[in-house]
This record gives sequence, structure tokens and C-alpha cells, in this order.
Amino acid sequence: MSVIRVPEADAQGWSCDACGEPLVPAPVDLEYLDSRFTVELPRCAKCGFVLIPEALAMGKMLEVEKLLEDK
Amino acid sequence: MEQADLRKLEAQCVQEEPPFCTAACPLHVDARAFCSLMGQGDWDKAWAVLARTLPLPGVLSRLCHGPCMEACVRSAKGGAINIPALERFCAEQGGRAARTIPMPAKGKRVCVLGGGLAGLSAAWDLVRKGIRVVLHSERPGLDLAREGASPLPAGVLDAELERMVRLGADFQAPVAMTAESLQALLEEFDAVIVDCAEQDIEGLGLGEPDTMTLGTNMPGVFVAGQCDEHVFQAASGRKAALSAERFMQGASMVAGREREDPYPSKLFTNVDDVAEVAPEPVPEQGYDAQQARAEGLRCIRCECLECVKHCEYLARFGSYPKVYARQIYNNQSIVMGTRQANTLINSCTMCGLCEELCPGDFSMEDLCLQARRELVEQGNMPPSAHEFALRDMHFANGPDCALARHAPGEKTSTHLFFPGCQLTASRPAAVRAAYDHLRAHIPAMGIMLRCCGAPAHWAGRTREYERSMDELRSQWESLGRPAIVCACPTCQGMLQNALPAAAVVDLWQVLQGAGVPESVKGADMELTVHDPCTTRYEPEIRQQARGLLQSVGVRVREADMSGNLTECCGFGGLLAEANPELGADVAKRRADSLPGELVTYCAMCRDMLAKGGARISHVLDILFPDPSAGDLAARPAPGYSRRRENRAHLREGLLTDLWREPGDPPKPYEELAVSFTEACLATMEQRRILESDVRKTLLRARETGRRLVYAQSGRYRAVFRPVAVTYWVEFEETGDGYLVHNAWCHRMRVAGGAA
Ligand code: SF4
Ligand code: SF4
Ligand code: SF4
Ligand SMILES: [Zn+2]
Repeated sequence: MSVIRVPEADAQGWSCDACGEPLVPAPVDLEYLDSRFTVELPRCAKCGFVLIPEALAMGKMLEVEKLLEDK
Repeated sequence: MEQADLRKLEAQCVQEEPPFCTAACPLHVDARAFCSLMGQGDWDKAWAVLARTLPLPGVLSRLCHGPCMEACVRSAKGGAINIPALERFCAEQGGRAARTIPMPAKGKRVCVLGGGLAGLSAAWDLVRKGIRVVLHSERPGLDLAREGASPLPAGVLDAELERMVRLGADFQAPVAMTAESLQALLEEFDAVIVDCAEQDIEGLGLGEPDTMTLGTNMPGVFVAGQCDEHVFQAASGRKAALSAERFMQGASMVAGREREDPYPSKLFTNVDDVAEVAPEPVPEQGYDAQQARAEGLRCIRCECLECVKHCEYLARFGSYPKVYARQIYNNQSIVMGTRQANTLINSCTMCGLCEELCPGDFSMEDLCLQARRELVEQGNMPPSAHEFALRDMHFANGPDCALARHAPGEKTSTHLFFPGCQLTASRPAAVRAAYDHLRAHIPAMGIMLRCCGAPAHWAGRTREYERSMDELRSQWESLGRPAIVCACPTCQGMLQNALPAAAVVDLWQVLQGAGVPESVKGADMELTVHDPCTTRYEPEIRQQARGLLQSVGVRVREADMSGNLTECCGFGGLLAEANPELGADVAKRRADSLPGELVTYCAMCRDMLAKGGARISHVLDILFPDPSAGDLAARPAPGYSRRRENRAHLREGLLTDLWREPGDPPKPYEELAVSFTEACLATMEQRRILESDVRKTLLRARETGRRLVYAQSGRYRAVFRPVAVTYWVEFEETGDGYLVHNAWCHRMRVAGGAA
């Protein structure tokens, strides 16, 4: 499955507080209703904490949620 | 919804019925479109409308005497539109219809005997369909040219005859007509049409032609032209041509022909607000361009849209209920693909105004409620549509807010005060004051704090609604089935429905009986009443609320759209949940439409119209004012978090003050010291993120140590997904607490992860 890249997922300067690791782009599986996609998102390489930035959550992600709800 | 239900619904909406003029025109010209184009001065397009329908348009447009005018609804407002005069002017502009492309010959031949307007019109229709016509007449159209005062300029008739020849009409000398010659013609031709304006049909054994088909005793022979006026002759020619065609195809002679003759349209057009304008007088030489435009503009372009005119929701989706019914039906039959009508279904305010206004009693409410129930049933209801409202309902019915007790010190209840969860959320102080006042007059007045279940009902969640009602019913029974006193008309309707055995009364009536507080009598003000849409069929509640206001000296101003015609505040049907932008627009439109300062007797209406920009009081604001709370009519509607806190605090206050019971200990997340920036609070309100959700997220981060950090600024981000929504909080630490800068949320989740 292809990995979707989203420019909204910028996480420059953020790191995982518990692990002290910077967040780095990594493929992450997202799911909603019966759909699943792989998106490249900032993630802690050590514990796997994934950041969903505001611009993504309230923008593209919201759009896709609405689309899936009408499917 | 079954196909048959859809058909029934569609038939209730008359918007697509033809306008009255078109229905009355023997040829069913689209006179509405024609008038509209004439009003714009677009003679060419107007002509195209005539030429599309009229046979021999150059001739008929000049000769028709205009029976359509008798049906024109403008008659009641100055006078019918003079369509025949408009048609004459239009024809004089030399309008050319688009060239007709000859249809491929069908190999059929029809013989027409007689060249009056009936015979010519029959031939006109047939040749345009690729059917060869031989027309026998001494001189086709002779009658028309012969008339002394004929308004037909030279050459018009000839040009149309030439056109028919080009399309395959063959004009021949008249033939003698006998029963035998007809029989012979039937052998040579596929059908025969007799125009009896030029031919005598006595003694041919044809009998009286059938009114619907013009067929005779001799199959294949049709008789047209048994009428005087030109336009009726043309129409009968058209009818004979259609019958001949069906006869040749072996098709049914009668199916679907009910509306061929003039008929009364079922359309409804409200002309109450149409100004009277007299017709443009027609000068001897006919209209000039300016007069023609003016007369065209007098046409009001009849349609119904009664419901759409008064409903922002119906208007917003760009169509009208007949079309919506089809869209909703299609929505429901989708197995794979996008259900386009979900938003349409979930945006109806279920206020019942369309049904009240509609000549056919079309109810969008019933349609949308059924559609919502079906979406829920099939598991296709978009989760984001109503989840927040349902969560709010559960909260109102949960341990933090709900209460059902006899009055303090009482063992029974004769009455039960039911303020409703929205009044409790909007102004708990009014609930408290009203309850104290009520108990002073009716000591055995118990109280029940909870939601009436309307959100579940509106959301189409039948089972959830019933569960909530069952609980309510058993509480009411355990209190000894007291009479229920409602402070919210929505609650009152819900309870009346679900508890038929209960006496349910409105608070306004009870307060009048008990007497209003002395201190508020003589309130000298004039207020416009906004009736909640849930009182549309409750004239008594409306009356009681007015009576109560008057009893304290309020002069009640009535709005145009009030009483059974009242418009919704935008909360009904959970519109404001499923479609917040539209909900806000509905509220604003209603607020703008009402004059002066307002008063209402539903807490939700009060808050919605306040958001819409109105100065508005709740009846209880006037009865139980609170000097320390400032100008109540101007107070902003509390936000979602505040509404929850208000409910919980009211319960807690009642328990400690009236029953001397200790309140519940605060929950751990409530003990965090959290403050918010102004901007963040506004963002949270818009995104429906509650302070409690933020607090839970912060607590989770504190307990697990899981958070992100931005080294340069010292800001943190934490995440928590209590149930179906993931919350993100951006904050900084402030000594012993938190300052929250931002919050956002999403429903999608990281597979197997925390977010
Ligand atoms: S003027 Fe005659 S042809 Fe024109 S719309 Fe009226 S009835 Fe029909
Ligand atoms: S007002 Fe216009 S549309 Fe209505 S009946 Fe008269 S001509 Fe027809
Ligand atoms: S009021 Fe609305 S639903 Fe009723 S006929 Fe008119 S357009 Fe149709
Ligand atoms: Zn980590």
C-alpha cells in the first residue's frame, strides 16, 4: 500500500518528552469506520508516540472523515 | 421508504405542476417561460418557446384569442397577463425558430382531408415526425386568409406551408368523400384525418368522434376541427395526429392522455403579497417593445415554494421537497458509493412549518425523521452528526446532573417540576428561583432534573429514546405519578407523548395560578414574542405564556410569523449539531426578522436567538430577575462546557441547600489547576471540545508522562481518546497548574495507538 505524505504533518522542533527522542517521519496506519490508510507522520522512533498536528486534524483529516461517514 | 411511498410524497408537492396559463392553454404553451423572456426583452428566445409548441407558429401566435387568460392568477391582482397580445408582438419581431431538421422518414403515410387549422396542424405535427402527409384541400388555410380582419400579414401562411412541403407534405386538390372513398384511402394510407371545418361528415357512418382520441366507427379514421376558435382547432388537429400515430404503432389509444385538453392545474401560488398592477393597454397597432416588456414583467411566474420561502434549510439545498424526497429515497438505496443526502436529512429542523404552509401537507419532518431512523438502523448514520448532542443528553441524565425527589420534608408529590435540561444549562438560577417560588405555593412540588429525550428522538435513535423514557417513567411512577409541570414546550410535547397517563401542564399556567412575585409586577415594557416551534399546535401553551407576561405588565407584540406559523430558532431537529453553519444562519434570520426586543418561553430558543444577535429574554428572566447577573436580555448564551457545569452545580446546590446532603467529592481531573487563553476557549467552543475533555487529557499526561515537548518554547502537547474522539491539548506548565493554549480533535485513529 502506498504511503500518503501530508505537508500539514510538519513537526519541526517537537520531541518525545519521555524518551527524549526527536519526532521523525514514519509510516503510520490510520483507521476510521471500515477504512485504513498509511500516512507518513511524525513519530517517536523509540516508543512510537505519533503526533497528529492541528492543521492535519482540522483540515484534510476532517474532510476524509466526513467523506468516509457518507460512504 | 418504498417506491410507492415516494410516489405518494411526490404527489403531495405541487411545485412541478404547470402554471395555470399553461394548463389552460389548449396547446399547453409554456407561457410562464414566454412571459419571463418577454419581460427581459429577449424576443428571439421568447419566440423559440412559442415555436417549440405551436403548430404553424407564425399563424397561431397571431390568431389565438387567449383562453389561457381565464386561468391566469394575475386576474386577482390587476388583470390577467395579455398573452395573446404578447405573442402577436413577438411574432412581429420576425423571430425565427431554430431550423427543424427533417426526421428520417418512417415509411408511414397519412391522408388529411381538409386544410383548415385542424388539418394543417395535424399535418404539421406529422411531417415533423417523419411521417409523409398527403393533404387534400382546395386551398390550404383559405379560411384564415379570407377573414376580413385577419391579423395575418401576407406571406406568413405561405411561408409555413412551404416549410411543411420541405418536410414532406404533399398538398393536393380536394377529393370527394364517401364511405367508400374513405375505405379506399384507408387501404392506400396508414391513417386518415378528416378536418370537418372543410368537410361534411354527415352520412359517412363515422358516428360521433370519441372525445379523448377523435377516433370514429371506422378504425384509422379520425375527425378533427369540430370547434370554432383557431387555437381549439389547432389542438384538435394535434390530437388527431397523435391518435393517428398511436394507431399506426399499434400503441394504446388512451394511455397517459388525461391532460391533453385544457385542465385545472394543481399548482398553488400565493398572491397575497403581490401588488396590484393593471394590464398594459393594447394600442390599435399592438404593443411596442416597451409595452411588451412591461406586460411580460407583470407575470409573476407562478410557482408554489410556500415552504421554501419561509425555511432557510429548504432554501439552502437549492430545491424543494419533491426533489428532496427523491434525493432521500436514492440516498437510502445506495449500497456502495457516497450517500449524497446525509446532510440534507440531518439538517431539517423538524419544526413542522412546511407542513403547515403546504397546500398538500408535505412534511419534511416526517420524511427526515424516517430517513434518520433508517440510517441509524442500517448503521449508516454519520457518527459525527449527533454524537455530541447524545453525549450531552447522557450527561444530563447521568449522576452529575439528574435528580428525582419529593420536595424537602415531603413524603409525596402532588406535582413534579420538570425544568428540562436546556433551561438548567442556560440559566440555573431561574430554575432555582422558580422552584423555591413554586414550593411556597404548592408544598408537595417534587423536582426532576433530566433530559426529556428529545435529542435521541430527533437523532432517529429510537432505542435510546425509549431507554431514556423508560427510566423517566419509572422515576415518575416511584414518585407517585404526580402532575408534571414543564418549563419547556419541547419537554412538554415529549412527555405528553410518552406518558399518556400523566397530567402534564405548562409552568406558565401554574405560575399564574400560584401568583407571580409581587416585586416584578408593573414591568412596563413591550416585547415581541417568539413562539417556540414546538408550540405550533399548542395554542394553549402559547396563550398561557402570553397571559403570564401580561400579568406582570408586559405588552406583548405579535410577529407576522408566529403562533402556528412560527419559525424555528435553528436548534430544532439538532440542526445546530449536524450543520452548525446553517444552524447559525437560521438563528440569525429568525432574530433579524422579529421586530424590537424579544421574549420567548424556551431556553434553547432564547440562547439560539441571542447567538443570532437578538436582545431576548426568557419568560423566567422577567419573573425571576437577578440584579447581580446584570442585563439578562443581553447575556450571551453559555458555551458547551458552561452548560454542563450549570447543570451539575444546580443539582449540587439543591442537594446541599434543600436536602442538606454533602456534594460529591470532586473528580481528580476537576482538581487540576487549569486556565485557558481566550482564543483557546473560542476555538474549543467551535470544535465542541469540553473543558472536561481537556482536563482529562492533562491528567492522563501527568499520570503516564507521555507528552511531546517543544524545547525552545517549553510548550507541551498531550493526547487522549476517551471514547470516539481523540483530543490534543497544547499547554505550558505554570507553577502548580496549566495554561492551555490550543486544543484540537479528530475521529480517525492511529491503528493500535493512543491517538
Ligand atoms: S395565447 Fe393562446 S396559444 Fe398562447 S398561451 Fe394563451 S391560449 Fe396558449
Ligand atoms: S401570472 Fe404568469 S405564470 Fe401565472 S398564470 Fe398568469 S401568465 Fe401564467
Ligand atoms: S409548500 Fe413546498 S412542499 Fe408544499 S407544494 Fe409548495 S413547494 Fe411543494
Ligand atoms: Zn517516545
